[in-house]
Formats: sequence, C-alpha cells, structure tokens
Amino acid sequence: MPDVASAMAHQGESRRAMRTASTLADPAILSRAALDAIRKLDPRMLARNPVIFVTEVVSLLVSVLAVRAALLGEPWGFQAGIAVWLWLTVLFATFAEAVAEGRGRAQADSLRQTRTTTQAKLLVRPDDRTLWLPRAATELQVGDVVLVEAGDLIPSDGEVIEGIASVNEAAVTGESAPVIRESGGDRSAVTGGTLVVSGSIVVRVTAAPGSTFLDRMIALVEGAVRQKTPNEVALDILLAGMTIIFLIAVATLVGLASWNGQPPSVPVLAALLITLIPTTIGGLLSAIGIAGMDRLVRFNVLATSGRAVEAAGDVSVLLLDKTGTITQGSRQAAAFVPAPGVPEHEVAEAAVLASLADETPEGRSILAFARERYGIAAPELPAEAKVMPFTAQTRISGLDMGGASYRKGAVDSLARALGAELPPALAQAVDRIARQGATPLLVAKDGRLLGAIELKDIVKPGIRERFAALRRMGIRTVMVTGDNRLTAAAIATEAGVDDFLAEATPEDKLAYIRKAQAEGQLVAMCGDGTNDAPALAQADVGLAMQTGTQAAREAGNMVDLDSDPTKLIEVVEIGKQLLITRGALTTFSIANDVAKYFAILPAIFVAQYPELQALNVMRLTSPESAILSAVIFNALIIVALVPLALRGVRFTPIGAAALLRRNLLLYGVGGVIAPFVGIKAIDLLLNLLGIY
Amino acid sequence: MTLIGWAQIALVLACVIAAAMPLGRFIAQVSAGERTFLHPVLGPLERMIYAAAGVDPNRGQGWKAYTLSMLAFSAVGFASLYAILRLQGVLPFNPQGFSGMAPYLAFNTAVSFVTNTNWQAYSGESAASYLSQMAGLTVHNFVSAATGIALALALSRAFAAGGLKNLGNFWADLVRMTLYVLLPLALIVGLAFVAMGMPQTLGAYVEAQTLEGGTQVIARGPVAFQVAIKHLGTNGGGFFGVNALHPFEGPSALATALQTWSHIVIPFALCLTFGAIVGNRRQGWVLFAVMMGFLVAATAIVYAAEAAGNPLHLAGGVDPALGNMEGKDVRFGHALVALFTAATTGASCGAVNAMFDSFTPLGGMVPLFLMQLGEVLPGGVGSGLYGILVFALLAVFIAGLMVGRTPEFLGKKIQAREIKLAMLAVLVLPATILGFTAVSVVLPMAVTSIQDAGPHGLSEVLYAYSSGAGNNGSAFGGLTADTPWFDTTIGLAMLLGRFAYVVPMMAIAGSLAAKVKVPESAGTFPTHTPLFAGLLAGVILIVGGLQFLPSLALGPLAEHFAMLAGKTF
Repeated sequence: MPDVASAMAHQGESRRAMRTASTLADPAILSRAALDAIRKLDPRMLARNPVIFVTEVVSLLVSVLAVRAALLGEPWGFQAGIAVWLWLTVLFATFAEAVAEGRGRAQADSLRQTRTTTQAKLLVRPDDRTLWLPRAATELQVGDVVLVEAGDLIPSDGEVIEGIASVNEAAVTGESAPVIRESGGDRSAVTGGTLVVSGSIVVRVTAAPGSTFLDRMIALVEGAVRQKTPNEVALDILLAGMTIIFLIAVATLVGLASWNGQPPSVPVLAALLITLIPTTIGGLLSAIGIAGMDRLVRFNVLATSGRAVEAAGDVSVLLLDKTGTITQGSRQAAAFVPAPGVPEHEVAEAAVLASLADETPEGRSILAFARERYGIAAPELPAEAKVMPFTAQTRISGLDMGGASYRKGAVDSLARALGAELPPALAQAVDRIARQGATPLLVAKDGRLLGAIELKDIVKPGIRERFAALRRMGIRTVMVTGDNRLTAAAIATEAGVDDFLAEATPEDKLAYIRKAQAEGQLVAMCGDGTNDAPALAQADVGLAMQTGTQAAREAGNMVDLDSDPTKLIEVVEIGKQLLITRGALTTFSIANDVAKYFAILPAIFVAQYPELQALNVMRLTSPESAILSAVIFNALIIVALVPLALRGVRFTPIGAAALLRRNLLLYGVGGVIAPFVGIKAIDLLLNLLGIY
Repeated sequence: MTLIGWAQIALVLACVIAAAMPLGRFIAQVSAGERTFLHPVLGPLERMIYAAAGVDPNRGQGWKAYTLSMLAFSAVGFASLYAILRLQGVLPFNPQGFSGMAPYLAFNTAVSFVTNTNWQAYSGESAASYLSQMAGLTVHNFVSAATGIALALALSRAFAAGGLKNLGNFWADLVRMTLYVLLPLALIVGLAFVAMGMPQTLGAYVEAQTLEGGTQVIARGPVAFQVAIKHLGTNGGGFFGVNALHPFEGPSALATALQTWSHIVIPFALCLTFGAIVGNRRQGWVLFAVMMGFLVAATAIVYAAEAAGNPLHLAGGVDPALGNMEGKDVRFGHALVALFTAATTGASCGAVNAMFDSFTPLGGMVPLFLMQLGEVLPGGVGSGLYGILVFALLAVFIAGLMVGRTPEFLGKKIQAREIKLAMLAVLVLPATILGFTAVSVVLPMAVTSIQDAGPHGLSEVLYAYSSGAGNNGSAFGGLTADTPWFDTTIGLAMLLGRFAYVVPMMAIAGSLAAKVKVPESAGTFPTHTPLFAGLLAGVILIVGGLQFLPSLALGPLAEHFAMLAGKTF
C-alpha cells in the first residue's frame, strides 16, 4: 500500500500549506464566495440576521417602487439608485459571511478527501484476529471491533485494545511524522482517517457513524454546525432593538412631517432607515465569528463551539502543567558544586569525561553546560577508552582512560559503589540541591569524590515575560505539578507564576477549578490523560491534546492537534482578539450614525424648511446626492471592513484600561469622524462624475 | 450671560455637591437598616408602621416579589387618589366648594401623581380642594418619590455581591425613605419656604380690594410644605397653575435657588449612595460627573440662548441687554431661570419658574431633549439612578468587548437576558413619545388643541408626550391638554414611562443579583474612570438621543433657523 501512504503524506502537506497560504485575496475563494453571497440572499436564511433581513425587505420595497415609477413614466433614476445600493448593502453583508466561510470550506474539502471510504475489517470475535468480514467504514457502530494492519486507513475513531502500531496522523494534524499507538495507557486513542504505517492493532470503535472526529472537524471548519455564541445572541438582541428604535423614529416621521407639509417619500425614508440601523456590524457579525474559529483552526486547535472561543477570551485563571509547559521537561546540568578543597574546574573536567559516552539528554546537557560555562570542549572519545554505560541497576556511568577512571552517578549508588563517605560540606550541598527540586549527581575520579552536578528542569526562556503579559491582562497563572511544595515554590518563583498547586492529584485540580469558578473566575487548562478528563470537562476552556486519550479529547472543548500545552496562552489571545474585533466594529457601527443624520436630515426636510440647510455641515451638493452618498457609504464601509473582520483587530497585552483607551479612540471617535469624510468624498465623486 | 449669573449657578451647584456627599452616605445607611442619628426620634414610628402593616422589614424579596409589591402599592395609590379627586366635592377641607374632577381629568391626574410625573392638566387653585392637595397629591409626592428611591436601591443591591437571592424589602425601603429622608428634608425646606414668605394655611382664599377699586380673589392655602416635597421628590406639581412663577410659590430669587437645590440634591446624592452600596465610591462619582456635566452644558445652552434673545424682537426695538424676557420673572433673572429649567427637566421634576413656550427655540429645545434622553441627568429621585444604570449597562455592553472580555459591569456579566430587558426599557420612550406625537399632529380631534402653527406647534405636542413619558410633568404651554384625547394618551404615556420601564429594569436587577461577581483584575473593563464617563455620555446621546433628532429638527431646530432667517409662522 505505498500509494496510500504517499497520498496521505501529500495530503498532510497540502493541509499544512492550506493553513499558511490561504489568504484573503485567494481568487478561488473569492469567486466561490461571490456565488454563495447571492445564494444567501434567500430571506429564509437571512431571517437569522435581523438587521440585514430588514435591509433586504426595505430593498425589495424600494425596488418595487422604482419599477412602478418607471412604468408610470415618473422620474425613477433616484429611486433606482437607492434600490441598487440597498441591495448591494445586503449583498456585501452576505459576501462577508461567504468569504469567511469560504476559507474554512477549502479546508473542509481537503479533509473530506481524506475521509475514509475503505472497507473495514470487522472482527467476528474480538479475540480472534484471523476471522474478519469486510464492512463499509461508514456502517461501523459503536462497540464494533476491527482489525487494522499496516497500510490500512483506520476506519473510525476508536481505542486500541490490542497491539501496537505507528500511525501517520497527517490527515488530522498535518504532521507527517508517525506516532505510536498502543493498547492501554494514554496513547490508545486512534482517529478515523489516519493511516497505520507499521504494525497491526485491534480497535474498538467509539464513534457513531457521521460523528467521528473527522466528521466533526469538517462540520466545524465549514461552519455547518455554527451556532450563535451567547455574546453573539446578546449582540443580536441589541442590534434588533436598535433597529426597532430607528424603525419607530423613521415611521413616526411620516406623521411628524405631515404637521407642516408633505411627508418625505418612501425611498428617502428607506434610505434614512437603512443608514441608521447598524448594518455594518449586523453584516459583519457572523463573519467575525467564523474568522475567529478559523484563526484557531489555522493555529491547529479545534474548538467544539464558538462558545469555547468566547470563553477563552474571558479566562482569568490559567492552569498550566509544570513539565513541558513551564519547564523544558528534561533535566539539564545547571551547576557543578565542588567538594571542599577541589577546584571547580576539576569537577567540570571530570564530569565531562565521565559523561563523554553518555548519550542521554542529561549526559549531553553536562557537556553543553561545561562548554558554555567553563569553556571545556569535549574531547574525541579515545579509542583505548573503556566505556561504562549507564544502566538502571548501577545508575552509574563513566569512562576509564589513560589509567584514570571517571565516574558519575546517583548519589547513593555512587557513594555505595566507591565505599566512600560524603564529606559533610558535600552532603549539605547534595541535600540543598534535592530540596530545591533538582537532581544531584556525584562525580568521582579514581575513587575520590570531587563534587556534585546539579541537574535541573530548566524554565523555558521567555516564559516569565509571557506570564507578566498575561498578568497585565488580568489573567492569573497557576502551575500544576506533582513535586512537593518546596520544589514547586522554587520553580514557581523562578517562572513567575501567580500560584501553584504542589503534589497535585487530578482531584486537586478539579477542586481548584471548582473553587476558582465559585469565586467568579473562568478557568482554562490543558490535559491529555484519562484522569484529566473530569477537570477538562469542568474547566471553562479545556484544551485536550490530540495525542491524549479518547476520554480527554471528549471531555475538553478544544483539541490541540500539535499537542503543545503552551498553546493555551495563544488560545486565550485568539479568544480576546475575537471579542475585541466584535466590540470594535460594534462601536464603530453605532458611532457612524451621527454623521449620517447630518447628511440625510437636512436633505429630507430642506423642501419643508429651507433654513434647515444650516444643518448640512458637510455642504453636500444636493438633497439627492446627500442621501445617495450616505447610502453608498453605508454599503461600502461593510466591504472596506471585511479584511479587518477576518484578520481581527490586533491584540496587545497592555492592560484593559490602556486597550480601551486605544480602541475607543480608534473605533469610537474614529467611527464618529470617518463617515463625515467618507460621505463628503462620495458626494464630491458623484458631483465630479456629473451624476449630481 | 454675566459673571454674576454664572456665580449664582456655581453657588447653587456647589451647595448641591456639598449636601449630596453626606446625604448619599446617609441614604446608604438608612437603606441598609443601620442606626442613624434620627432613629431615637423616628425609630419607634418606623416600628409602629411595620407592626400596623404586618411587615417584617428584614424579610428579603426577590425581584418579582419586590416588583409586585411596588405595583400593588401603586395600584392602590392610584385607586384611592382617583376616588378622592372624583369625590372632593362631597369631602371635607373644601372651603372653595370645588366639585369633583371629571373622569378623564381625574384619571390623568391620579396617574400623574402616582407615577411621580405631576403633569397638571388641572389648575391647582381652581380645581383641587385642600383635601385633594394634602391627603391626595402631597401624599403621593412623598410615596411616589420614595417608591422611585426604593427601586433604585433594589437595582443597586443587585451589584453589591454575587449570588444574591433578594433585593431588599420594598415596604421597608418605602417606609425608611419616606421617614428618614423625605420627611425631615421636607420639614426643613418647608420651614425655610415659610420664612421666605410662602403661605401655609387652611384658611379660604382672600378677597382683596385692588387699587383701581375692583375686587380680586387671592388664592392661598397649605402651600409651603407641599412645595417643599414637590421639589425634593422631583414631583413638580405646583399648588398653583403657574407653578414656581407664582409669587406665593416662588417668592424670591433665594426661594427659586433653594427649589433648584431641592430638586436635584437627592438624585445626585443617590449616585453616591450607589457607590457606597456597591463598595466602589469612584463608580458613584463617575455617574455623578456625567449627570453634572450634562446639567452644566444644558444650563449653558439655555442661558446663552435666552440671554441672547430673539433677533426678531431686537429688530423691533427691544433692549438687547434684556435678552428674551418673555414669560420670565425679573425676580429670578436669566441665570437662575436657565439653571432651574435644566435642573427641572434633567431631573424629571417638572416644576417651572418660567414659561417654556416663550423661550427661544434653542432654549426650549434643551428641556425637551433632556426629557427625551430618559430623565437621567440627574433624573428623578431614584428613577435617575436606575435610568443611568441601564445606560451604563448598554455602554459597557457596546464597548466592553474592546478589552477582549465579554462585557461585565461591576463584576456582573451582561448577557442576552439583560440586553433584551434593557432594550425593552429603552424602547419605551421613543415608542411612546414619537408614536403619540405623530398621531396627535394629524388626528383632527387632537389638532384643535394645538395653539401655534409651524414648528412651534409640533414642539408643543412633542413636549407634552416627552414630559409625560419621561415622568417629568412640566408643560411647554400652548396646548389645551384637558381633553379626552390628551388626558387619556398622556396618562398612558406616563404609565408606560414609569411601569413599562421599571418592570424590565427590575427583571434586570433580579437577573444580575443572582450572578456571581467576577473579581476585578487588570483585565477588567474599567468603569470608574473619566474615560468611562465620556463613553457613558456618548452612549446616552447616541442610543438615548439620536432617534429624537428628526423630531427636534422638525420642531425647535426648524424654528431656530427660521428665526435666524427672520421668518415667522
């Protein structure tokens, strides 16, 4: 089956390419979006969006009036102009949504190709590998047991109950390096659509047809199952409410204007209504949401719902596992501590020689540390040297060369092997190292103890600054570790976390989350083991690792395909970015209304009260051009803001007060000013083109 | 405008600020049921009232129970007041022998006083007996004001802590606010008014010989104390038809200054009460500052417009130094009239010390717009605070996302339910004001009530409904309001403006109270800063005001620009 394997690898590549390359200007996406935009004009679909729905109804009304005027031989150009731009307003809104969806759909298509159509090998009896029946993968039920051999695609999500295999999960993660999947433990989950490269496994199916991980992923990126998030629902209500308020204001104008003259014509009132109701944010709201989900997908994180992304922005407590997130996750040499009367340099040299043949990460870190700190370059391994490799029994490694013997090893093992007492000063140093959560090793030359090596789990570079940035955004970081309190405290101080949970059991984590939530905090955490599942489910944002168990992946509301726990921090930032974008465009949209009033009101009433021309502060050419300019601006601003809606407003962790000041100035004050400039410019252009 | 004029304005406002600080703290103490210096005197009375009414002041009520208590109380109040007004002809304390009010007028008047509006389609000295004035109207001046404060306290408590099940006890709040806040203040201010020359008597009207030898009936009565609570409770319903312009109701400039102080001191103090209840004093001051900023700006516009006068009058030879003195009293002058006007309409009081119908178009537009903004600047007693809090929720919701968190105000998340209710509340004013006005200016039976042609006529109707729906009660003048159409529709406007607003507002309180209180952090949207004050002001103008701009353009603005162009209607 080498063909399948190469096809898989190819798809993995194309998925990665998709993530990085798909941009706004992709012509394929745009042309497809244009078609979708027209399809979305269906009022049944638009009814979900009250503002744009009203716009469509009004567009239809004005169109009918324009046609009627034309048929009656009345002047119809102005009405037709308004009708066209009202329709464009609707179209731009549906186009924005279609573009946002289009980016996800391209990804979904590539995923769909991956979805398996192969025959599964359904075992008749789970314990007998020899007897199986061919069965279409799509017909597999939960609890079925299938055999998957080298070269086979895994037919559905499941759990390995027997065997071990290396699996290429490129279809899901985009990462083509194979991973090990085996029965028992935390690496037993397999995903439908991934490829067994070598080995064979027996898998119990855990997903019902149509609800596999891949199915859900396709649905997610396509936005097919997109439900409005709580905040979107609330925002929709606000927008609908404002629409009703302006409907009242415009409808009652008929009566008010009748008191001393003729009421304005319906197309003019329609223009006033549509420019006043919040069409900008109404048209972009769903695109912003889809783009937010899409940003996560590009970042190789899948959220089960938009609600989870929103919650990510709200998170106020981050539970981070120490190992692998805060620290490198491997012990590295951090200091050489000499015994009394021994020069430090001698300890370093002996440690280098004793580690020369040590291929473990710890051994290599000793060489690197000696080179950096003491300038000791590791010599070539001499041919006559006799290597003593590290074994779990001896816990000692070393080298005999040039008549000298160099040893390093665990404290008690080496001391016992040499039959030597630790000098009191060295014993104290060893104790101190152990208390701080580091690991002490002893170094000896020719049976004499020279000193100790301190092996330490190193805090990742830059992590302290990131925690400080999070703190500026009001997010507390909590380190979770199995270490004892003293050790945990030392690392917590070094990493700059706000709190830590030492000797943490899964129950402790769960209790901590519950307590924080009772205080009104929103908690995010990541996890991969089965015993993490309750905490993942309890957390407001539970980021499960793709390499984790099925239970963990089911419990979390996000899955990280790269299985990198550090990404929790970026997930929070993406959540915040989504909310900021939504808020910025809402504020902008509402602030726009001021200018539109000044454009349209004098235009409407100038026939009745010529003196109201004084309110025409933009000095627009004529009433018709003023009204049309406002309508055109109102439509074009949607298109102009599509890139911002899809890309998102930049997020910088400068604290809420500073962020608010900046964004309020940009989108609030800017929102008041921009339409004055825009409407005036359009009016000038209409004038220049000789239309008015 | 003169320096001395601005000094008068500044002096009155300084007195308001100075008094609001201790008063705000005091109201917070009383509302929490704490002992105050007044308890030795009023404590036994308070306990007696509870015992007589069978109320346990410590039993908390959820938002529904609280709201239902308030509605029941208002309904009973309405029914009893309606009965008194209809039957005043056969009831005692009626030396002038007034007959019972007609059904439409009695409905309108009863609604008016129960909703703290005090729209007066009747003229006090020629239609209401002393019993109606004292046992009917004055009682409601107290309790409708206390009801407003109680509602504001209930909403304030919703922000105080997380997971609250109840918002306090309506009956206890009602009794405490009446006994400890309104009664003592009314007593002091009432005595001051007596000292300034206001009558306080049960004697009949006096017949006097005029210099020309004719006779004149001089109306009087128990004026001083009714006027005191009329201002303190932001009621505004005068003893006399011309309100504080009457020499017995506004005897001097000092009296008019004290009245201005009276009708805004409690609304401002309540901002600080809010700060105390929610444990965030700066938050209270931010609300205070927004209200004060609008009030000063509104005063400045009225002052400038009126002091500048009407160019058409000036062309006719009027001394330009006088400004527009039509409908104003020389006792008060432009500065105190401007402050009184902005304060009375900003505060839903509705008392007047000048006739708005005679103002310049811009001068008249200010009170109109202040009412349309929802009576939150500083608003009525209680209603101003809960009104501005609804705007604050909207401001936080609109702009709050920009800090990257879903919106929260004082630790309470603002979600779909709160927004739905807030929008329901915010819809009441435009629907009522614009809806009734649009119908009234085309309905033949209503049009006959309108005195003036052109934009001024529109302003008269617009003002009447804005005043009714905003529960202000002041009249622009020029509108014959005691007709079945206007009595009924303005009555409905007052009912909607009060109760259709209050019920969703209380539902918000209930919903917010139950939520957890998210602890404040560096990621929290800051709502106690000058920046938020600016945002709140913007939202009040854009969400609360923009929808009225077309009506203002057709009314006062059209009139203003026409006036500048030398045109009359």
